[in-house]
Amino acid sequence: MSEHKATPVGGSLMTPSMRILLFVFMVGAALTVWRFAVGLGPSTGLSDGYPWGLWIAFDVVTGTALACGGYAMALLVYIFNKGKYHPLVRPALLTSALGYSVAAIGIIIDVGRPWFIWRIPISVGKWNLDSALLEVALCVMAYVMVLWIELSPAFLEKWQDSGNTGLANFSRGLSKFMDKALIWFIALGMLLPTMHQSSLGSVIMLAGPRLHKLWHTPWLPFLYLISCIAMGYAVVVMESTLSSRAFGRQREDKMLASLSGVTSGILFLFVAVRFVDLFLRGRGPLLIGEGYYSVMFWLETVLFLAPAIMLAGSRGRARIATMFRASMMIVVAGSLYRFDSYLVAFNPGPGWSYFPSVPETVITLGLVAMEIMVFIMLVKSFPILSGTSPMPAHRK
Amino acid sequence: MARTRRAFLKGLAYAGGTAAVSAVPAIASEPRKAPDDAVGMLYDTTRCIGCKACVVACHEANDLPPDTRGDALYDAPQSLNDRTKNIIKLYQEDGRRSYMKQQCMHCIDPACVGACMIGALQKREYGIVTWESNRCIGCRYCQVACPYNVPKFEWEEANPRIIKCELCNHRLAEGKEPACCEVCPRDAVIYGKYDELLAEAKKRMADHPGRYVDKIYGEHDGGGTQVLYLSHVPFEKLGLPELGDEAVPKLNRTIQHGVYKGMIAPAALYVAMGAVMLRNRRKGDKGGES
Repeated sequence: MSEHKATPVGGSLMTPSMRILLFVFMVGAALTVWRFAVGLGPSTGLSDGYPWGLWIAFDVVTGTALACGGYAMALLVYIFNKGKYHPLVRPALLTSALGYSVAAIGIIIDVGRPWFIWRIPISVGKWNLDSALLEVALCVMAYVMVLWIELSPAFLEKWQDSGNTGLANFSRGLSKFMDKALIWFIALGMLLPTMHQSSLGSVIMLAGPRLHKLWHTPWLPFLYLISCIAMGYAVVVMESTLSSRAFGRQREDKMLASLSGVTSGILFLFVAVRFVDLFLRGRGPLLIGEGYYSVMFWLETVLFLAPAIMLAGSRGRARIATMFRASMMIVVAGSLYRFDSYLVAFNPGPGWSYFPSVPETVITLGLVAMEIMVFIMLVKSFPILSGTSPMPAHRK
Repeated sequence: MARTRRAFLKGLAYAGGTAAVSAVPAIASEPRKAPDDAVGMLYDTTRCIGCKACVVACHEANDLPPDTRGDALYDAPQSLNDRTKNIIKLYQEDGRRSYMKQQCMHCIDPACVGACMIGALQKREYGIVTWESNRCIGCRYCQVACPYNVPKFEWEEANPRIIKCELCNHRLAEGKEPACCEVCPRDAVIYGKYDELLAEAKKRMADHPGRYVDKIYGEHDGGGTQVLYLSHVPFEKLGLPELGDEAVPKLNRTIQHGVYKGMIAPAALYVAMGAVMLRNRRKGDKGGES
């Protein structure tokens, strides 16, 4: 494993691109303060017809699915025992930890009375076990913590060599404990997303009659679960490609290729389940003749099928460009599926419309900027990325 | 190894939730019935003259500020909103017309209650769906779930509440009727015990054959509602959705309770995954298989 040892990238933190990210983040933060002062009406495009918008559909529902890299990689490495993927785990975990943290912040900004959120985990006797959203809330809270714990060895490794003897000793002691206990956190780190990613499908299933029949199905939880795993792998492929380029690291091409094979299978399964379910329940005719809705459904289907086909053969998987393109399509497909089921296919009746307001959008951009900033800062300072030998100069 | 892996995949399928639903309808829960002390309202479109006295009375009885947000002069809300728990609308088409009263339907098995995380919205005394401030975090899932689009949110408040008809439960406690029923000059909307209202609706239909659409909306719709409607025009023209007889939250309940019953499936999945990992580690396998 020594050739895969993770090391900090190093280099200066305050680069020009970091300054731009910081600026976007600051504007978003200022608008967030304003949103809490004036309430959600003036600051967002939300209404009684469309009570959920960009923040829920993107920051939470799509964001956490994109942050499933840690989950998907852990499944592969620890359950299916494919240790060769190990170098991809830490960066995937970091993206997940950041993605889920951003989702948690997004929820705090979105709900009307976030100062009562603490009551959810402690009000055990009052828990409504019918509510899929309760399960999502509890799981996400727990999972954010679990992800940072799963990632903690990266921090402990660095701190062990700290000049501060107290911190070094503490890290060494904790490291020993973590070596033994980590497995149980990792198991939790796989259980929780299995639960809440499927439950994100259940959440919108309750909209029942107001959700278009092409999307509303008892299979929503299952479809949400498998698509988030595909999205997780796709993000790992993209992130690995991008960070090898940005930080001049060796790519893990072979690993990414076999990973893409798994993803292809999941995508085919997703499309198959959807179509079989529609036809079994007599909803096949809706595939044409529902206008806009049919078009969106087919657009999703094409976006899911195309990468499945691209990645099905070993020839496609031999080319990193093909894998990258396919992964991008998977990310778009999974995101569109989530946007459609939470916003486009949700119809509260005549007279209502939704489009995100400018402040709403900028706040989301600010959160994304923060996520990228923290990612760059952490990989530069802590042992997250592997592949120490720099790439040839002309590839940089 | 193979067995544990199979156990894991099985658990995964369970957590997906759907195996439970499509393959095991036996675990589906029984339809809920209205509580014994259930009260409600009966609205009859053939009696309503659209005077909107009930809209004004509702405002007064519930201390709601006037909704002058159109022209800053008239208290004339366009639909249910954060200052309007009850409204009269007019349907007009091809020479046919009908007034329509909207407020909370007080479902027998309400979607908003199924949605609410720690029970801010619940069916409380008399089966009335009420909202409790200190259990609400403002997530608005109730708004997403309600098929009637009833719960409203205070969009302009920094500390927003959910606003909806609570059947004047504060007046019931004083021995009075809901304000809208008390003030109605034509008894177009009446208050009463749920069973008696249902009987009254059936009686009116029997007494006046041909006057009404052949259905009492709310008797079965969406699992039944404690507010019932009689109409001379099709209900969907009045904005009452076709929900079928099954309660909206039933599918979700079946899945949630099927998958998470006693937390057995998640616990088993957790232990199985831990066991697989321990075993993998003991084997010291660093990924020989490719």
